[in-house]
Amino acid sequence: MSRGIGPITARLGLRGYGICFVGIGRREFLRFVNQKERFFSSLVRPLVWLFIFAAGFRNVLGVSMIPPYNTYVLYEVYVTPGLAVMVQLFNGMQSSLSMVYDREVGSMRVLLTSPFPRWFLLLAKLAAGVAVSLVQVYIFLAIARLWEVEIPWWGYAAALPAFILVGLMLGAIGLLLSSLVRQLENFASVMNFVIFPMFFASSALYPLWRIREASEALYLICLANPFTHAVELVRHALYLSFEPASFAVVVLVTLVFFVAAVLAYDPGRGIMARRGGPAGEPT
Amino acid sequence: MSAQVSALTVQDVDHSFGSRQVLSRVSFSVLASTFVALLGPNGAGKTTLLSIVTRLYHTRAGRVNVFGFDMQTEPSQALAQLGVVFQNRTLDADLTVRQNLLYHASLHGLPREDAEPRLRPLLERIDLLDRIDDRVRTLSGGQSRRVEIARSLIHGPRLLILDEPTVGLDNRSRTDIVAIVRGLVRDEGLAVLWATHIFDEIEPDDPVIILHRGHIVGRGSARDIAGAEGRLDAAFRALTSADTAGEVA
Repeated sequence: MSRGIGPITARLGLRGYGICFVGIGRREFLRFVNQKERFFSSLVRPLVWLFIFAAGFRNVLGVSMIPPYNTYVLYEVYVTPGLAVMVQLFNGMQSSLSMVYDREVGSMRVLLTSPFPRWFLLLAKLAAGVAVSLVQVYIFLAIARLWEVEIPWWGYAAALPAFILVGLMLGAIGLLLSSLVRQLENFASVMNFVIFPMFFASSALYPLWRIREASEALYLICLANPFTHAVELVRHALYLSFEPASFAVVVLVTLVFFVAAVLAYDPGRGIMARRGGPAGEPT
Repeated sequence: MSAQVSALTVQDVDHSFGSRQVLSRVSFSVLASTFVALLGPNGAGKTTLLSIVTRLYHTRAGRVNVFGFDMQTEPSQALAQLGVVFQNRTLDADLTVRQNLLYHASLHGLPREDAEPRLRPLLERIDLLDRIDDRVRTLSGGQSRRVEIARSLIHGPRLLILDEPTVGLDNRSRTDIVAIVRGLVRDEGLAVLWATHIFDEIEPDDPVIILHRGHIVGRGSARDIAGAEGRLDAAFRALTSADTAGEVA
């Protein structure tokens, strides 16, 4: 049955890498399309925030002129970039949750028996998750536009690299978590301890100066939170400005977490070699 | 291909999780065109051994070699020769049989135009060609298992490793799966390492390796191990009842 297959060296060449990368991406999209509830919940979550939370707080939380805005903005307008990044945060965590699930049911093990280098397989998995998150983000932004959150047309294009970078960062954090968490049940608590603190202790919902008025300590926590920088990078990009400090933080955090995740999945040094394979499997 | 070519060589493999030693100086080989049974009770170390052989993680000591390629120093070449059916179900239930197989082909760098023509003969062999565009969710446990076997073959491996592939299946499905894999050895010259704890799946002439508490406690043809009594199960129980059994030739 090996007839009709080219030599292995050809399959493992540059074209093979491309085929593998596209294959992993296609699978992620097929899963995404097939799981309609995941798609809708990814949209409903930020839209609930936008339609209900932001509308309710509109009068309470006025946002004064702060960069990148040139004028006073409505709270809905302020909160939209943070919600777009929240979509990516949930997607990143969801895709790592699916990896924990994959590991439990074993399809992560199938991925890891691919002859391509492990860092490449993890990068492809990460990139596939980011691609899915971009679809969600832009659908969300389109709906927000109908809700009078008008972003400059070029802003949508300018924010694309920012969304890709932020998606990679959040995905890399999720990837590392997925390698550390052994059971799906534990992942729920990780979500509580990662997603909610990251989201609330950031500039997604309120500007940092307002937080500083309330508490200097909280302000410093928000400043140290990579999610704040992810939101600010996207916010500035949407309004056609560039925030170098946030860019640097996001790039750095992405690299650190991705390298840590690759090490965690490394067959020689990784967690699995020390603690065993997927949870629940016999030795 | 000569039957003397070594498809898999495991040499002095040790592994421990923390202070718990799970494998201790395990050595054996699987020759090409041979069906080798790896027999061991639950917790014997079979899954750890197969995790090392399939490079989920490296061995602490020792070597794994697939058709002359070292798993640690030439992992890509070694893994490309290898098809694996894991103990857990590993198909995407929401995807169709075709989508699952093509995904796996892409993991091995196989372009779609090369993979597509392979689907038909593979699915014919497992008698599921008519289900090619059905979602895996709609298949029975035995059918899914057969699809997993087809999937593990899509990239044309020369060594197939199966970790208790018949667990949880009814007798009929079990028999079918054993027959399919034996057919692959016979017709395609595939080397097979079949981990199990079910004696019925082993034939008298099969080479058998018995693993117990991380040690190989017996090896030889099933007939030889079974001895004069001709009962493999009794011989197996005798070999695995001792706390620290020495190796039996």
